[in-house]
Amino acid sequence: MELCDYTIHELHEMMKRREITSRQITESVLSRIDQVESRIRAYITVLREEALEQAGTIDQKLQKGEIPLTPLTGIPIAVKDLICTRGVLTTCAAKILHNFIPPYDATVIARLKQQNIVMVGKTNLDQFGMGSSTENSYYGITRNPWDLSRVPGGSSGGSAAAVIAGEAIGALGTDTGGSIRQPSSFCSTTGLKPTYGRVSRYGLIAYASSLDQIGPIAKDVTDCAILLNAIAGYDPKDSTSVNLPTPDYTRALVPDITGLKIGIPEEYFIAGMDGEVEEKIWEAVRVLEKLGASSEKVSLPHTEYAVAAYYIIAPAEASSNLARYDGVKYGYRADKYTDLIDMYMTTRSQGFTPEVKRRIMLGTYSLSSGYYDAYYLKAQKVRTLIKRDFEEAFKKYDVLIAPVSPTPAFKIGEKTEDPLQMYLSDIFTIPINLAGVTALSIPCGFTRDGLPIGLQIIGKHFGEETILKVAYAFEQNTEHHKKKPPL
Amino acid sequence: MLLHAHTATHPYPTLPYPHTSILLKMEYEAVIGLEVHTQLKTRSKIFCSCSTEFGAKPNHNTCPICQGMPGVLPILNKQVVEFGIRTALAMNCTIADYSLFARKNYFYPDLPKAYQISQYELPLAQHGWIEIQVDGISKKIGVTRIHMEEDAGKSIHDENITGSKNYSFIDFNRCGMPLLEIVSEPDMRSPEEAREYLLKLKGILEYLEVSDCNMEEGSLRCDANISVRPKGSTKLGTKTEVKNMNSFKNVQRALEYEMARQIQILEEGGRIVQETCLWDVDQGVTRPMRSKEEAHDYRYFPEPDLVPLVIDKEWIEQIRKSLPELADARTARFISQYGIPEYDARVLTASKFIADYYENTVKLYPNPKVVSNWVMGDILRKLKEHEEADIRTCPITPQHLAGMLKLIEEGTISGKIAKVVFEDMYATGKMPEEIVKEKGLIQISDEKEVAAVVDRIIAANPETVAQYKAGKQKAFGFFVGEVMKATQGKANPQLVNKLLKEKLST
Repeated sequence: MELCDYTIHELHEMMKRREITSRQITESVLSRIDQVESRIRAYITVLREEALEQAGTIDQKLQKGEIPLTPLTGIPIAVKDLICTRGVLTTCAAKILHNFIPPYDATVIARLKQQNIVMVGKTNLDQFGMGSSTENSYYGITRNPWDLSRVPGGSSGGSAAAVIAGEAIGALGTDTGGSIRQPSSFCSTTGLKPTYGRVSRYGLIAYASSLDQIGPIAKDVTDCAILLNAIAGYDPKDSTSVNLPTPDYTRALVPDITGLKIGIPEEYFIAGMDGEVEEKIWEAVRVLEKLGASSEKVSLPHTEYAVAAYYIIAPAEASSNLARYDGVKYGYRADKYTDLIDMYMTTRSQGFTPEVKRRIMLGTYSLSSGYYDAYYLKAQKVRTLIKRDFEEAFKKYDVLIAPVSPTPAFKIGEKTEDPLQMYLSDIFTIPINLAGVTALSIPCGFTRDGLPIGLQIIGKHFGEETILKVAYAFEQNTEHHKKKPPL
Repeated sequence: MLLHAHTATHPYPTLPYPHTSILLKMEYEAVIGLEVHTQLKTRSKIFCSCSTEFGAKPNHNTCPICQGMPGVLPILNKQVVEFGIRTALAMNCTIADYSLFARKNYFYPDLPKAYQISQYELPLAQHGWIEIQVDGISKKIGVTRIHMEEDAGKSIHDENITGSKNYSFIDFNRCGMPLLEIVSEPDMRSPEEAREYLLKLKGILEYLEVSDCNMEEGSLRCDANISVRPKGSTKLGTKTEVKNMNSFKNVQRALEYEMARQIQILEEGGRIVQETCLWDVDQGVTRPMRSKEEAHDYRYFPEPDLVPLVIDKEWIEQIRKSLPELADARTARFISQYGIPEYDARVLTASKFIADYYENTVKLYPNPKVVSNWVMGDILRKLKEHEEADIRTCPITPQHLAGMLKLIEEGTISGKIAKVVFEDMYATGKMPEEIVKEKGLIQISDEKEVAAVVDRIIAANPETVAQYKAGKQKAFGFFVGEVMKATQGKANPQLVNKLLKEKLST
């Protein structure tokens, strides 16, 4: 086992004992990148020199006692390329931002930098976060480390693949409709989507503003809690971030779930769901019951409308959020054009992928005069009903348990020709974003073909501590998270 | 919704420019509503901390937020809300305890996010009114709504600046400047009423000290909706929208033109086309915009980056209590405190700055009616001569004016000489005492000296003396004039009168 295969908290302990340096960890990660990156292609940008330099500086400062050794100090972290990093190319996997270097850090990046992390690089994604497979990128397809012919999930596929392959110790992803949880499920990482408002969105390049959240993708629950500790909290730069005290999430990690009430939403076990996935979910429920929890079926009656509502609301916001990429001030501009309107059209036609264009058109349509009430307004009403479903359920249950995805990782190219099929792969994750609640994906087993399966643990608004605790209890009694892909 | 039913009608017997007079088949009235945008003079922009200072170097007052860079988020400036509430209260509006921001989506190079953050459904305030006076009659004009929004940047197409007609420059300094949009009900019945409304509105904003209200600099902008109908009809005609009226005078002129244009079409049996027109200042006509320019679907939807604005009742009450004395209250106070006529009080208080000027002058020279006459007369006339110049930058300050009035009262200068001093003060900004001394304008009140001149004039005009004595009263004026001419206007007029009467009657 190389250093790059350890968890954040294990490496932190070793650093504390002065057994290893940040530079050693960073070198290990970079050497893993050298070995596997040509096959996985998790990164858009690898910050090789910068990372080594940062690690060296951190080691020196630690030596001199100039900086404290926090749980993240000196740890190589990867960042989804949808999050702004000062002075570092931030592309959103889009041609239209192929040369965009932000003059500012996202709040989450500023917070990680305060803890003196080492930034390894910027990871691949579905363009602007739009997709479930990381196939929809200007920078090529990221492959699933467990099976290179399959997708890593998306849109944070690069971050999940990098973490499980040891190309980073931990990573940040973003989740608008499942983009942290579904790749975590496909790659066997632990990924958490925080409650809407828990983590600042400042510097997160918006896809759908009312749904987007940044969250951790890690090798286990403890690492997840450590990363969440660093990034969570109120930010005066984001009006939608919530001004509530941030607990120490690592303190929630006690493997005691006696008396825990689990709700199992029956709408999440649909016809056409992969048998092995369903089997593993029930197996996980039995593990939790053995640890003292009780479970019961619950109905979230509006679930079936979630995907439809999502594909009105998210594209509507996206159509407006992505309008600024017009070739005027930064990013790509078409070479040839006749006038202003032609410049806009040519630039945007060439700068976006078909999937992004599809969503811009969907959103433009549903916000148009005469259609707004029938689509956008109706979808918002559905959203309220879905939120109420969860609020009702959480009156009775501490957590809800469900699959993350109806299937394990699918083949590259399998769904690219059928957008609707692709959209349905987010059927179990989308309602969580619409309701604004929190959920995580934790490894709960493998198919007979060796493909990872993720368990979704859903909590109420600001219920991160509870879902982390349940996940921790599960993890302490299972071995799935320890398994590594054969590379 | 009409908040006030009575309407003053203004028949147009003839068409103004550019049409020639024709006899109309019937009398018409206009139905006018105004949409005013005013820039709030907060220190920082509406959604970021950039300075709002006017005249900075291009793109100097900008940051990633007002430049609409990827990933940045707006943060609402509380001062903007406070100014908005202040304005809404002064215009008798109901403040919404829950209001929303919305995105207005359109592509334009000087709009870097490709949407403007504005308010659409659920604006800050609604259902207010402003009272105006036209021909001595009071009338309430309804204020439909007041909302907050951000301004866009400025495109510069001038080839002299960009160096090529293939390029345009963009200055984002104005981008994110806080604006209030104040929308009236279609309650105005003539271009004159529209102008009065606009002046009253400007007065209120000035009293509240929330905006500079400079139409030429663009801190006050006005669009109008106008239709015409036969006088007495309650049915609304087809309206047109008039834009680009960049001064108070132009608002009235443009509306007069547009009203006449619409009447002419109706008189000729035609139909008004609903369209947006631009006022062409140079030609004095309205021209329709190309339909492409107005065929916008702004796809408004609630701004997801900002939370709903919830306004505390206590805050509203606090702001209400802190409202300054407004024009109407000041008018009443001027009448009772200074004993000046209502007409004077209204003219003086229409602008906060004129009223301030008046009060500062009265403090130094406590004769309210005399001061009122000078301010309403010479001072305002002088400002009008200079394109509605700002009284705050008038070279004749209250100290100048009061000083001059004291000189008149003390008999140092005559009223006639005062006019000379006045012009000089305006031109040079020098104090009146200094001008009087420099130019030797001190009044001659020495009886012997004046008597000598009077004797000389009488001696030199025996024929006129004879005419006067024969009963031609007018000749007296001739002698006064001659004496004044001989003394370059410096002789004390009362003394001249007295001496002439004495000497001519002997």
